[in-house]
Amino acid sequence: MGPLVPDVIGSQLNFIVALIIGIGFGFVLEQAGFSTSKKLVGLFYGYDFTVLRVFFTAGVTAMIGVIALAHFGLLDVKLIYINPTFLWSAIVGGLIMGLGFVVGGFCPGTSVCAAAIGKIDGMIFVVGSFLGILVFAEGYPMFEGLYKAASWGNVQMFETIGISQSLFAFLLIFMAVAAFWATTMIENRVNHKSGKGFHVSKLYLGLTGLAIIVGLTAFVLPDKRENMLHDLSNNNFIASYKIERMDADELAFRLIDNDKDLQIIDLRSRKDYDSLALPNSTHFQLDNLFDKDAGKLLSVKNKENVFIANDELTAKKGAVLAAELGFSNIQVLKGGFDQFRKDILEFAMPTGTIIRKDVDTFRFRSSASNLIPVLIKENKLKHASGEKKQVKRVLGGC
Amino acid sequence: MNKTKYMNPYLAGFLLGLVLLAAIYITGRGLGASGAVKSVVVQTVETVAPAHTGNFKFYKEYGEDHPGNPLMNWLIFEMAGVVIGAFISGLISNRLKFTLEHAPGTSAKVRIVGALAGGAFFGFGAEFGRGCTSGAALSGMAVMSTGGIITMIAIFGGAYAFAYFFRKLWLSYKGEY
Repeated sequence: MGPLVPDVIGSQLNFIVALIIGIGFGFVLEQAGFSTSKKLVGLFYGYDFTVLRVFFTAGVTAMIGVIALAHFGLLDVKLIYINPTFLWSAIVGGLIMGLGFVVGGFCPGTSVCAAAIGKIDGMIFVVGSFLGILVFAEGYPMFEGLYKAASWGNVQMFETIGISQSLFAFLLIFMAVAAFWATTMIENRVNHKSGKGFHVSKLYLGLTGLAIIVGLTAFVLPDKRENMLHDLSNNNFIASYKIERMDADELAFRLIDNDKDLQIIDLRSRKDYDSLALPNSTHFQLDNLFDKDAGKLLSVKNKENVFIANDELTAKKGAVLAAELGFSNIQVLKGGFDQFRKDILEFAMPTGTIIRKDVDTFRFRSSASNLIPVLIKENKLKHASGEKKQVKRVLGGC
Repeated sequence: MNKTKYMNPYLAGFLLGLVLLAAIYITGRGLGASGAVKSVVVQTVETVAPAHTGNFKFYKEYGEDHPGNPLMNWLIFEMAGVVIGAFISGLISNRLKFTLEHAPGTSAKVRIVGALAGGAFFGFGAEFGRGCTSGAALSGMAVMSTGGIITMIAIFGGAYAFAYFFRKLWLSYKGEY
Protein backbone atom coordinates (compact mmCIF):
# COMPACT_ATOMS: atom_id res chain seq x y z
CA MET A 1 0.00 0.00 0.00
CA GLY A 2 1.26 3.47 -0.86
CA PRO A 3 2.96 5.66 0.00
CA LEU A 4 5.99 3.42 -0.39
CA VAL A 5 8.17 5.76 1.68
CA PRO A 6 9.37 5.07 4.34
CA ASP A 7 8.57 1.32 4.59
CA VAL A 8 9.35 0.03 1.13
CA ILE A 9 11.70 2.79 0.09
CA GLY A 10 14.21 4.08 2.61
CA SER A 11 15.24 7.67 2.98
CA GLN A 12 18.43 7.28 0.95
CA LEU A 13 16.67 5.64 -1.96
CA ASN A 14 14.02 8.32 -1.66
CA PHE A 15 16.59 10.88 -2.83
CA ILE A 16 17.16 8.84 -5.97
CA VAL A 17 13.41 8.69 -6.46
CA ALA A 18 13.33 12.48 -6.05
CA LEU A 19 15.96 12.85 -8.72
CA ILE A 20 14.11 10.60 -11.16
CA ILE A 21 10.78 12.28 -10.51
CA GLY A 22 12.49 15.63 -10.96
CA ILE A 23 13.87 14.54 -14.32
CA GLY A 24 10.35 13.61 -15.44
CA PHE A 25 9.01 16.88 -14.06
CA GLY A 26 11.64 19.02 -15.77
CA PHE A 27 11.42 17.12 -19.04
CA VAL A 28 7.66 17.48 -19.30
CA LEU A 29 7.69 21.16 -18.31
CA GLU A 30 10.30 21.93 -20.94
CA GLN A 31 8.56 19.86 -23.62
CA ALA A 32 5.31 21.67 -22.85
CA GLY A 33 7.02 24.99 -23.53
CA PHE A 34 7.20 26.20 -19.95
CA SER A 35 10.79 27.27 -20.37
CA THR A 36 9.79 30.48 -22.06
CA SER A 37 7.97 33.44 -20.54
CA LYS A 38 6.35 34.11 -23.85
CA LYS A 39 4.22 31.02 -23.44
CA LEU A 40 3.71 31.33 -19.71
CA VAL A 41 2.36 34.85 -19.57
CA GLY A 42 0.26 34.25 -22.68
CA LEU A 43 -2.27 32.90 -20.22
CA PHE A 44 -2.77 36.33 -18.69
CA TYR A 45 -3.02 38.21 -21.98
CA GLY A 46 -5.21 35.73 -23.77
CA TYR A 47 -2.91 34.80 -26.63
CA ASP A 48 -1.69 31.42 -25.38
CA PHE A 49 -3.49 29.22 -22.87
CA THR A 50 -1.00 26.37 -22.90
CA VAL A 51 -0.29 26.79 -19.19
CA LEU A 52 -3.94 26.37 -18.30
CA ARG A 53 -4.27 23.26 -20.45
CA VAL A 54 -1.18 21.59 -19.09
CA PHE A 55 -1.84 22.65 -15.53
CA PHE A 56 -5.46 21.56 -15.36
CA THR A 57 -4.89 18.33 -17.25
CA ALA A 58 -2.07 17.45 -14.87
CA GLY A 59 -4.03 18.38 -11.76
CA VAL A 60 -7.11 16.46 -12.83
CA THR A 61 -5.09 13.42 -13.92
CA ALA A 62 -3.25 13.25 -10.62
CA MET A 63 -6.42 13.87 -8.65
CA ILE A 64 -8.31 11.06 -10.40
CA GLY A 65 -5.29 8.86 -9.82
CA VAL A 66 -5.17 9.65 -6.11
CA ILE A 67 -8.90 9.02 -5.72
CA ALA A 68 -8.73 5.78 -7.68
CA LEU A 69 -5.67 4.46 -5.82
CA ALA A 70 -7.28 5.27 -2.49
CA HIS A 71 -10.53 3.72 -3.62
CA PHE A 72 -8.91 0.44 -4.48
CA GLY A 73 -7.01 0.42 -1.22
CA LEU A 74 -3.61 1.02 -2.81
CA LEU A 75 -2.88 4.38 -1.22
CA ASP A 76 -3.43 5.45 2.37
CA VAL A 77 -4.66 9.02 2.02
CA LYS A 78 -4.20 9.56 5.74
CA LEU A 79 -0.46 9.37 5.25
CA ILE A 80 0.04 11.59 2.22
CA TYR A 81 0.83 15.25 2.51
CA ILE A 82 -2.27 17.41 2.32
CA ASN A 83 -1.15 21.01 2.16
CA PRO A 84 -2.33 22.64 5.38
CA THR A 85 -4.74 25.52 5.08
CA PHE A 86 -3.94 28.89 6.54
CA LEU A 87 -6.59 31.00 4.92
CA TRP A 88 -5.12 34.50 4.88
CA SER A 89 -1.59 33.42 4.30
CA ALA A 90 -2.74 31.36 1.31
CA ILE A 91 -4.62 34.28 -0.23
CA VAL A 92 -1.97 36.93 0.39
CA GLY A 93 0.82 34.61 -0.72
CA GLY A 94 -1.08 33.66 -3.85
CA LEU A 95 -1.73 37.27 -4.81
CA ILE A 96 1.93 38.19 -4.34
CA MET A 97 2.91 35.18 -6.44
CA GLY A 98 0.45 36.31 -9.10
CA LEU A 99 2.19 39.67 -9.13
CA GLY A 100 5.53 37.92 -9.42
CA PHE A 101 4.18 35.89 -12.31
CA VAL A 102 3.25 38.86 -14.50
CA VAL A 103 6.32 40.86 -13.52
CA GLY A 104 8.85 38.07 -13.87
CA GLY A 105 7.19 35.86 -16.45
CA PHE A 106 8.01 32.63 -14.61
CA CYS A 107 7.16 30.66 -11.55
CA PRO A 108 9.95 28.97 -9.56
CA GLY A 109 9.72 25.56 -11.25
CA THR A 110 9.54 26.95 -14.76
CA SER A 111 12.35 29.44 -14.12
CA VAL A 112 14.65 26.56 -13.23
CA CYS A 113 13.64 24.79 -16.47
CA ALA A 114 14.37 27.95 -18.42
CA ALA A 115 17.70 28.37 -16.68
CA ALA A 116 18.57 24.76 -17.48
CA ILE A 117 18.32 25.37 -21.21
CA GLY A 118 20.34 28.57 -21.01
CA LYS A 119 17.75 31.30 -20.52
CA ILE A 120 19.45 34.11 -18.65
CA ASP A 121 16.11 35.61 -17.65
CA GLY A 122 15.28 32.30 -16.00
CA MET A 123 18.52 32.37 -14.04
CA ILE A 124 17.84 35.92 -12.90
CA PHE A 125 14.37 34.88 -11.78
CA VAL A 126 15.90 32.11 -9.67
CA VAL A 127 18.21 34.64 -8.05
CA GLY A 128 15.20 36.86 -7.44
CA SER A 129 13.29 34.07 -5.73
CA PHE A 130 16.31 33.43 -3.53
CA LEU A 131 16.23 37.08 -2.46
CA GLY A 132 12.48 37.02 -1.91
CA ILE A 133 12.73 34.02 0.40
CA LEU A 134 15.65 35.61 2.21
CA VAL A 135 13.56 38.73 2.85
CA PHE A 136 10.78 36.56 4.24
CA ALA A 137 13.19 34.61 6.42
CA GLU A 138 14.82 37.73 7.83
CA GLY A 139 11.55 39.52 8.40
CA TYR A 140 9.77 36.40 9.66
CA PRO A 141 8.84 37.77 13.11
CA MET A 142 6.99 40.52 11.29
CA PHE A 143 5.09 38.11 9.01
CA GLU A 144 4.52 35.32 11.49
CA GLY A 145 1.13 36.56 12.66
CA LEU A 146 -0.33 36.53 9.17
CA TYR A 147 1.57 33.37 8.28
CA LYS A 148 -0.06 31.38 11.04
CA ALA A 149 -3.49 32.99 11.17
CA ALA A 150 -6.72 31.10 10.45
CA SER A 151 -5.23 27.62 10.62
CA TRP A 152 -7.75 25.10 9.37
CA GLY A 153 -5.51 22.05 9.40
CA ASN A 154 -5.05 19.58 6.57
CA VAL A 155 -8.55 20.02 5.21
CA GLN A 156 -9.69 19.07 1.76
CA MET A 157 -11.82 21.30 -0.41
CA PHE A 158 -14.86 19.04 -0.56
CA GLU A 159 -14.98 18.99 3.25
CA THR A 160 -14.69 22.74 3.39
CA ILE A 161 -17.59 23.34 1.04
CA GLY A 162 -19.50 20.35 2.37
CA ILE A 163 -20.00 18.17 -0.69
CA SER A 164 -18.94 14.63 -1.43
CA GLN A 165 -15.51 13.92 -2.81
CA SER A 166 -16.92 12.44 -6.01
CA LEU A 167 -19.13 15.44 -6.69
CA PHE A 168 -16.22 17.78 -6.12
CA ALA A 169 -13.99 15.80 -8.44
CA PHE A 170 -16.65 15.81 -11.13
CA LEU A 171 -17.17 19.56 -10.78
CA LEU A 172 -13.45 20.15 -11.10
CA ILE A 173 -13.19 17.97 -14.20
CA PHE A 174 -16.19 19.70 -15.69
CA MET A 175 -14.66 23.11 -14.97
CA ALA A 176 -11.40 22.05 -16.55
CA VAL A 177 -13.06 20.88 -19.77
CA ALA A 178 -15.22 24.01 -19.90
CA ALA A 179 -12.08 26.09 -19.44
CA PHE A 180 -10.31 24.22 -22.25
CA TRP A 181 -13.18 24.96 -24.57
CA ALA A 182 -13.65 28.60 -23.57
CA THR A 183 -9.98 29.50 -23.65
CA THR A 184 -9.57 28.07 -27.13
CA MET A 185 -12.30 30.41 -28.31
CA ILE A 186 -10.64 33.35 -26.57
CA GLU A 187 -7.26 32.41 -27.94
CA ASN A 188 -8.56 32.33 -31.51
CA ARG A 189 -10.24 35.66 -31.13
CA VAL A 190 -7.19 37.34 -29.61
CA ASN A 191 -4.92 35.92 -32.27
CA HIS A 192 -7.40 36.63 -35.04
CA LYS A 193 -7.56 33.08 -36.14
CA SER A 194 -10.81 31.77 -37.38
CA GLY A 195 -12.43 28.46 -37.84
CA LYS A 196 -10.37 25.97 -35.97
CA GLY A 197 -12.33 25.95 -32.72
CA PHE A 198 -11.76 23.50 -29.93
CA HIS A 199 -9.89 20.79 -31.66
CA VAL A 200 -9.84 17.42 -29.96
CA SER A 201 -7.20 15.04 -31.14
CA LYS A 202 -7.72 11.29 -31.17
CA LEU A 203 -4.96 10.86 -28.63
CA TYR A 204 -6.57 13.24 -26.23
CA LEU A 205 -9.93 11.64 -26.77
CA GLY A 206 -8.40 8.29 -25.94
CA LEU A 207 -6.82 9.59 -22.77
CA THR A 208 -10.05 11.24 -21.73
CA GLY A 209 -11.86 7.97 -22.33
CA LEU A 210 -9.37 6.14 -20.16
CA ALA A 211 -9.67 8.74 -17.42
CA ILE A 212 -13.45 8.54 -17.54
CA ILE A 213 -13.40 4.75 -17.27
CA VAL A 214 -11.02 4.84 -14.30
CA GLY A 215 -13.03 7.67 -12.80
CA LEU A 216 -16.34 5.90 -13.25
CA THR A 217 -15.15 2.69 -11.68
CA ALA A 218 -13.89 4.70 -8.74
CA PHE A 219 -16.97 6.86 -8.43
CA VAL A 220 -19.77 4.50 -9.30
CA LEU A 221 -18.64 1.30 -7.64
CA PRO A 222 -19.23 1.80 -3.97
CA ASP A 223 -16.14 2.29 -1.96
CA LYS A 224 -14.67 -0.97 -0.68
CA ARG A 225 -14.41 0.57 2.73
CA GLU A 226 -18.02 1.75 2.88
CA ASN A 227 -19.18 -1.57 1.57
CA MET A 228 -17.42 -3.42 4.33
CA LEU A 229 -18.52 -1.07 7.05
CA HIS A 230 -22.06 -1.53 5.80
CA ASP A 231 -21.72 -5.30 6.05
CA LEU A 232 -20.44 -4.93 9.58
CA SER A 233 -23.56 -3.13 10.69
CA ASN A 234 -25.56 -6.24 9.80
CA ASN A 235 -25.62 -8.29 12.99
CA ASN A 236 -26.83 -11.44 11.24
CA PHE A 237 -23.85 -11.28 8.95
CA ILE A 238 -21.55 -10.93 11.92
CA ALA A 239 -23.25 -13.70 13.86
CA SER A 240 -23.01 -16.18 11.00
CA TYR A 241 -19.37 -15.36 10.28
CA LYS A 242 -17.05 -18.04 11.58
CA ILE A 243 -14.20 -16.70 13.67
CA GLU A 244 -12.25 -18.73 16.15
CA ARG A 245 -12.90 -17.75 19.74
CA MET A 246 -10.38 -17.65 22.52
CA ASP A 247 -11.73 -17.84 26.03
CA ALA A 248 -10.65 -15.65 28.88
CA ASP A 249 -8.68 -18.45 30.56
CA GLU A 250 -6.59 -19.13 27.50
CA LEU A 251 -5.87 -15.46 27.00
CA ALA A 252 -4.90 -15.15 30.65
CA PHE A 253 -2.68 -18.21 30.42
CA ARG A 254 -0.90 -16.95 27.37
CA LEU A 255 -0.40 -13.52 28.87
CA ILE A 256 1.20 -15.07 31.94
CA ASP A 257 3.19 -17.34 29.67
CA ASN A 258 4.44 -14.21 27.88
CA ASP A 259 3.49 -15.76 24.55
CA LYS A 260 5.25 -13.71 21.87
CA ASP A 261 3.06 -15.10 19.12
CA LEU A 262 0.05 -13.40 20.55
CA GLN A 263 -1.00 -9.97 19.32
CA ILE A 264 -3.95 -8.31 20.94
CA ILE A 265 -5.95 -5.84 18.90
CA ASP A 266 -7.82 -3.70 21.37
CA LEU A 267 -10.91 -2.03 20.00
CA ARG A 268 -12.12 -0.45 23.22
CA SER A 269 -12.21 3.30 23.58
CA ARG A 270 -8.96 5.19 23.80
CA LYS A 271 -9.79 6.11 27.38
CA ASP A 272 -10.33 2.51 28.43
CA TYR A 273 -7.16 1.50 26.68
CA ASP A 274 -5.11 4.21 28.31
CA SER A 275 -6.29 3.26 31.77
CA LEU A 276 -5.83 -0.47 31.28
CA ALA A 277 -3.87 -1.96 28.43
CA LEU A 278 -2.93 -5.63 28.20
CA PRO A 279 0.65 -6.50 27.33
CA ASN A 280 1.26 -6.95 23.59
CA SER A 281 -1.87 -5.06 22.76
CA THR A 282 -2.37 -2.30 20.26
CA HIS A 283 -5.25 0.08 20.26
CA PHE A 284 -7.31 0.55 17.11
CA GLN A 285 -10.64 1.93 16.18
CA LEU A 286 -12.68 -0.12 13.76
CA ASP A 287 -12.09 2.49 11.06
CA ASN A 288 -8.32 2.35 11.49
CA LEU A 289 -8.18 -1.27 10.44
CA PHE A 290 -8.12 -0.05 6.85
CA ASP A 291 -4.95 1.93 7.46
CA LYS A 292 -1.45 1.00 6.55
CA ASP A 293 -0.46 0.77 10.21
CA ALA A 294 -3.01 -1.91 10.99
CA GLY A 295 -2.12 -3.79 7.85
CA LYS A 296 1.51 -3.89 8.88
CA LEU A 297 0.69 -5.26 12.31
CA LEU A 298 -1.84 -7.83 11.17
CA SER A 299 0.26 -9.22 8.39
CA VAL A 300 3.19 -10.19 10.60
CA LYS A 301 3.75 -13.89 9.99
CA ASN A 302 3.04 -16.59 12.58
CA LYS A 303 1.22 -14.29 14.93
CA GLU A 304 -2.19 -14.89 16.33
CA ASN A 305 -4.31 -11.79 16.35
CA VAL A 306 -6.88 -11.69 19.09
CA PHE A 307 -9.49 -8.99 18.86
CA ILE A 308 -10.88 -7.69 22.09
CA ALA A 309 -13.53 -5.11 22.93
CA ASN A 310 -15.81 -4.63 25.89
CA ASP A 311 -18.38 -6.91 24.32
CA GLU A 312 -17.78 -9.80 22.02
CA LEU A 313 -19.90 -8.43 19.20
CA THR A 314 -17.74 -5.35 18.73
CA ALA A 315 -14.61 -7.46 18.92
CA LYS A 316 -16.06 -9.81 16.37
CA LYS A 317 -16.84 -6.95 14.02
CA GLY A 318 -13.18 -6.03 14.05
CA ALA A 319 -12.20 -9.64 13.56
CA VAL A 320 -14.60 -10.05 10.65
CA LEU A 321 -13.32 -6.87 9.07
CA ALA A 322 -9.73 -8.05 9.40
CA ALA A 323 -10.67 -11.42 7.93
CA GLU A 324 -12.48 -9.72 5.06
CA LEU A 325 -9.44 -7.55 4.45
CA GLY A 326 -7.51 -10.73 3.90
CA PHE A 327 -5.62 -11.15 7.15
CA SER A 328 -5.32 -14.57 8.68
CA ASN A 329 -4.92 -16.02 12.18
CA ILE A 330 -7.76 -13.96 13.49
CA GLN A 331 -9.46 -14.77 16.78
CA VAL A 332 -11.83 -13.04 19.04
CA LEU A 333 -12.01 -12.95 22.81
CA LYS A 334 -14.97 -14.96 23.95
CA GLY A 335 -17.34 -12.88 26.01
CA GLY A 336 -15.36 -9.75 25.35
CA PHE A 337 -13.28 -7.83 27.82
CA ASP A 338 -16.18 -7.71 30.27
CA GLN A 339 -16.01 -11.47 30.64
CA PHE A 340 -12.23 -11.32 30.98
CA ARG A 341 -12.56 -8.74 33.68
CA LYS A 342 -15.16 -10.77 35.54
CA ASP A 343 -13.43 -14.15 35.18
CA ILE A 344 -9.85 -13.12 35.58
CA LEU A 345 -9.06 -9.62 36.71
CA GLU A 346 -11.75 -9.39 39.32
CA PHE A 347 -12.05 -13.05 39.99
CA ALA A 348 -13.67 -13.92 43.27
CA MET A 349 -13.74 -17.47 44.49
CA PRO A 350 -17.36 -18.56 44.43
CA THR A 351 -18.77 -19.46 47.77
CA GLY A 352 -20.46 -22.75 48.34
CA THR A 353 -19.58 -26.09 46.93
CA ILE A 354 -17.39 -26.23 43.88
CA ILE A 355 -17.76 -29.01 41.37
CA ARG A 356 -14.57 -30.98 41.09
CA LYS A 357 -13.95 -30.17 37.44
CA ASP A 358 -13.96 -26.45 38.25
CA VAL A 359 -11.42 -26.65 41.00
CA ASP A 360 -8.40 -26.32 38.73
CA THR A 361 -10.00 -23.56 36.71
CA PHE A 362 -10.75 -21.52 39.78
CA ARG A 363 -7.33 -22.08 41.19
CA PHE A 364 -5.83 -20.85 37.95
CA ARG A 365 -8.11 -17.82 37.82
CA SER A 366 -7.31 -16.95 41.33
CA SER A 367 -3.60 -16.85 40.68
CA ALA A 368 -4.11 -15.14 37.33
CA SER A 369 -6.09 -12.39 39.02
CA ASN A 370 -2.96 -11.62 40.99
CA LEU A 371 -0.43 -12.05 38.21
CA ILE A 372 -2.05 -10.24 35.33
CA PRO A 373 -2.55 -6.86 37.03
CA VAL A 374 1.19 -6.93 37.70
CA LEU A 375 1.88 -7.59 34.03
CA ILE A 376 -0.44 -4.76 33.10
CA LYS A 377 1.34 -2.42 35.44
CA GLU A 378 4.76 -3.43 34.11
CA ASN A 379 3.51 -2.96 30.60
CA LYS A 380 2.25 0.46 31.45
CA LEU A 381 5.58 1.49 32.94
CA LYS A 382 7.38 0.19 29.89
CA HIS A 383 5.25 2.29 27.59
CA ALA A 384 4.82 5.34 29.77
CA SER A 385 8.21 6.64 28.77
CA GLY A 386 7.76 5.43 25.23
CA GLU A 387 6.44 7.40 22.34
CA LYS A 388 2.78 7.77 21.77
CA LYS A 389 1.85 6.22 18.49
CA GLN A 390 0.53 8.68 16.04
CA VAL A 391 -0.20 8.66 12.37
CA LYS A 392 2.44 10.81 10.84
CA ARG A 393 1.86 12.47 7.57
CA VAL A 394 4.65 12.80 5.13
CA LEU A 395 6.26 16.20 5.39
CA GLY A 396 5.99 17.94 2.10
CA GLY A 397 5.22 21.14 0.34
CA CYS A 398 7.58 23.77 -0.81
CA MET B 1 9.72 30.38 -39.84
CA ASN B 2 11.78 27.96 -37.80
CA LYS B 3 9.65 27.43 -34.74
CA THR B 4 10.40 24.72 -32.25
CA LYS B 5 7.48 22.47 -31.75
CA TYR B 6 6.18 21.89 -28.28
CA MET B 7 4.34 18.87 -27.06
CA ASN B 8 0.57 18.77 -27.26
CA PRO B 9 -0.46 20.54 -24.05
CA TYR B 10 -3.01 17.91 -23.09
CA LEU B 11 -0.51 15.13 -23.55
CA ALA B 12 2.06 17.11 -21.59
CA GLY B 13 -0.49 17.69 -18.87
CA PHE B 14 -1.37 14.02 -18.75
CA LEU B 15 2.29 13.07 -18.43
CA LEU B 16 2.88 15.73 -15.81
CA GLY B 17 -0.13 14.36 -13.94
CA LEU B 18 1.41 10.90 -14.01
CA VAL B 19 4.72 12.23 -12.69
CA LEU B 20 2.85 13.96 -9.89
CA LEU B 21 0.82 10.85 -9.15
CA ALA B 22 3.98 8.77 -9.04
CA ALA B 23 5.47 11.25 -6.58
CA ILE B 24 2.41 11.02 -4.35
CA TYR B 25 2.14 7.24 -4.57
CA ILE B 26 5.80 6.55 -3.95
CA THR B 27 6.76 9.27 -1.53
CA GLY B 28 3.43 10.50 -0.17
CA ARG B 29 4.18 14.05 -1.22
CA GLY B 30 3.71 16.09 -4.34
CA LEU B 31 6.12 18.12 -6.41
CA GLY B 32 7.74 21.34 -5.36
CA ALA B 33 10.14 24.01 -6.46
CA SER B 34 10.38 27.03 -4.18
CA GLY B 35 11.12 24.77 -1.21
CA ALA B 36 14.40 23.84 -2.83
CA VAL B 37 15.34 27.50 -3.08
CA LYS B 38 14.37 27.89 0.56
CA SER B 39 16.80 25.11 1.51
CA VAL B 40 19.53 26.93 -0.37
CA VAL B 41 18.66 30.16 1.45
CA VAL B 42 18.85 28.43 4.83
CA GLN B 43 22.13 26.74 3.92
CA THR B 44 23.60 30.00 2.67
CA VAL B 45 22.67 31.90 5.79
CA GLU B 46 23.99 29.06 7.94
CA THR B 47 27.28 29.21 6.10
CA VAL B 48 27.63 32.97 5.99
CA ALA B 49 26.33 33.76 9.45
CA PRO B 50 26.01 30.62 11.55
CA ALA B 51 25.22 32.48 14.77
CA HIS B 52 22.40 34.26 13.05
CA THR B 53 20.39 31.15 12.23
CA GLY B 54 20.32 30.04 15.84
CA ASN B 55 18.76 33.28 16.94
CA PHE B 56 16.23 33.81 14.25
CA LYS B 57 12.90 32.15 14.56
CA PHE B 58 12.47 31.30 10.90
CA TYR B 59 15.64 29.25 10.75
CA LYS B 60 14.85 27.67 14.08
CA GLU B 61 11.42 26.53 12.93
CA TYR B 62 12.91 25.34 9.67
CA GLY B 63 15.50 23.35 11.57
CA GLU B 64 12.82 21.76 13.71
CA ASP B 65 10.86 20.68 10.65
CA HIS B 66 13.90 19.63 8.64
CA PRO B 67 16.57 18.12 10.84
CA GLY B 68 19.97 17.63 9.31
CA ASN B 69 21.68 19.38 6.47
CA PRO B 70 19.29 21.70 4.62
CA LEU B 71 20.70 20.55 1.31
CA MET B 72 19.98 16.88 2.06
CA ASN B 73 16.43 17.61 1.18
CA TRP B 74 13.99 15.81 -1.08
CA LEU B 75 13.21 18.95 -3.05
CA ILE B 76 16.87 19.69 -3.68
CA PHE B 77 17.26 16.30 -5.33
CA GLU B 78 14.02 16.76 -7.19
CA MET B 79 15.09 20.16 -8.50
CA ALA B 80 18.46 18.74 -9.53
CA GLY B 81 16.40 16.28 -11.53
CA VAL B 82 14.38 19.13 -13.02
CA VAL B 83 17.57 20.76 -14.26
CA ILE B 84 18.68 17.48 -15.84
CA GLY B 85 15.26 16.71 -17.29
CA ALA B 86 14.79 20.17 -18.76
CA PHE B 87 18.31 20.07 -20.17
CA ILE B 88 17.68 16.72 -21.86
CA SER B 89 14.42 18.03 -23.24
CA GLY B 90 16.14 21.16 -24.55
CA LEU B 91 18.86 19.02 -26.08
CA ILE B 92 16.41 16.73 -27.84
CA SER B 93 14.29 19.58 -29.12
CA ASN B 94 17.25 21.71 -30.04
CA ARG B 95 16.45 24.55 -27.70
CA LEU B 96 19.72 24.84 -25.76
CA LYS B 97 20.93 28.37 -26.14
CA PHE B 98 22.38 31.06 -23.93
CA THR B 99 20.01 33.92 -24.37
CA LEU B 100 18.20 36.60 -22.50
CA GLU B 101 14.70 36.30 -23.77
CA HIS B 102 12.60 39.43 -23.82
CA ALA B 103 9.57 40.60 -25.74
CA PRO B 104 10.34 42.57 -28.91
CA GLY B 105 8.83 45.68 -27.37
CA THR B 106 10.94 45.67 -24.19
CA SER B 107 14.61 46.18 -23.60
CA ALA B 108 16.97 43.63 -22.09
CA LYS B 109 17.45 45.91 -19.10
CA VAL B 110 13.75 46.01 -18.35
CA ARG B 111 13.60 42.24 -18.65
CA ILE B 112 16.45 41.79 -16.18
CA VAL B 113 14.82 44.05 -13.61
CA GLY B 114 11.45 42.39 -14.20
CA ALA B 115 12.83 38.88 -13.82
CA LEU B 116 14.67 39.79 -10.64
CA ALA B 117 11.71 41.60 -9.08
CA GLY B 118 9.24 38.97 -10.26
CA GLY B 119 11.38 36.23 -8.82
CA ALA B 120 11.60 38.09 -5.53
CA PHE B 121 7.83 38.53 -5.36
CA PHE B 122 7.27 34.92 -6.24
CA GLY B 123 9.74 33.62 -3.70
CA PHE B 124 8.35 35.89 -1.01
CA GLY B 125 4.76 34.96 -1.84
CA ALA B 126 5.59 31.27 -1.95
CA GLU B 127 6.57 31.44 1.71
CA PHE B 128 3.16 32.76 2.65
CA GLY B 129 1.49 30.35 0.29
CA ARG B 130 3.47 27.44 1.75
CA GLY B 131 4.44 26.47 -1.74
CA CYS B 132 4.46 27.83 -5.24
CA THR B 133 2.67 26.85 -8.40
CA SER B 134 4.01 23.31 -8.13
CA GLY B 135 4.02 22.68 -4.39
CA ALA B 136 0.85 24.48 -3.39
CA ALA B 137 -1.29 24.92 -6.49
CA LEU B 138 -0.65 21.80 -8.59
CA SER B 139 0.12 19.30 -5.84
CA GLY B 140 -2.58 20.87 -3.69
CA MET B 141 -5.12 20.36 -6.43
CA ALA B 142 -4.14 16.71 -6.83
CA VAL B 143 -4.88 16.01 -3.18
CA MET B 144 -7.81 18.46 -3.16
CA SER B 145 -6.26 20.49 -0.36
CA THR B 146 -8.33 23.53 0.52
CA GLY B 147 -5.26 25.66 1.11
CA GLY B 148 -3.63 24.53 -2.12
CA ILE B 149 -6.68 25.30 -4.18
CA ILE B 150 -7.16 28.70 -2.52
CA THR B 151 -3.52 29.50 -3.24
CA MET B 152 -3.97 28.37 -6.84
CA ILE B 153 -6.98 30.64 -7.31
CA ALA B 154 -5.10 33.51 -5.69
CA ILE B 155 -2.03 33.03 -7.89
CA PHE B 156 -3.94 33.02 -11.15
CA GLY B 157 -6.49 35.57 -9.93
CA GLY B 158 -3.68 37.83 -8.78
CA ALA B 159 -1.84 37.45 -12.05
CA TYR B 160 -4.94 38.41 -14.01
CA ALA B 161 -5.58 41.34 -11.69
CA PHE B 162 -2.07 42.69 -12.11
CA ALA B 163 -1.67 41.72 -15.76
CA TYR B 164 -3.09 44.97 -17.06
CA PHE B 165 -0.44 47.06 -15.31
CA PHE B 166 2.42 45.12 -16.81
CA ARG B 167 0.99 44.59 -20.27
CA LYS B 168 3.77 46.65 -21.84
CA LEU B 169 6.26 43.98 -20.77
CA TRP B 170 4.57 41.25 -22.73
CA LEU B 171 1.99 42.35 -25.24
CA SER B 172 4.49 42.75 -28.05
CA TYR B 173 4.82 38.94 -27.98
CA LYS B 174 1.32 38.73 -29.36
CA GLY B 175 2.55 39.60 -32.82
CA GLU B 176 4.45 36.33 -32.92
CA TYR B 177 1.29 34.29 -32.71
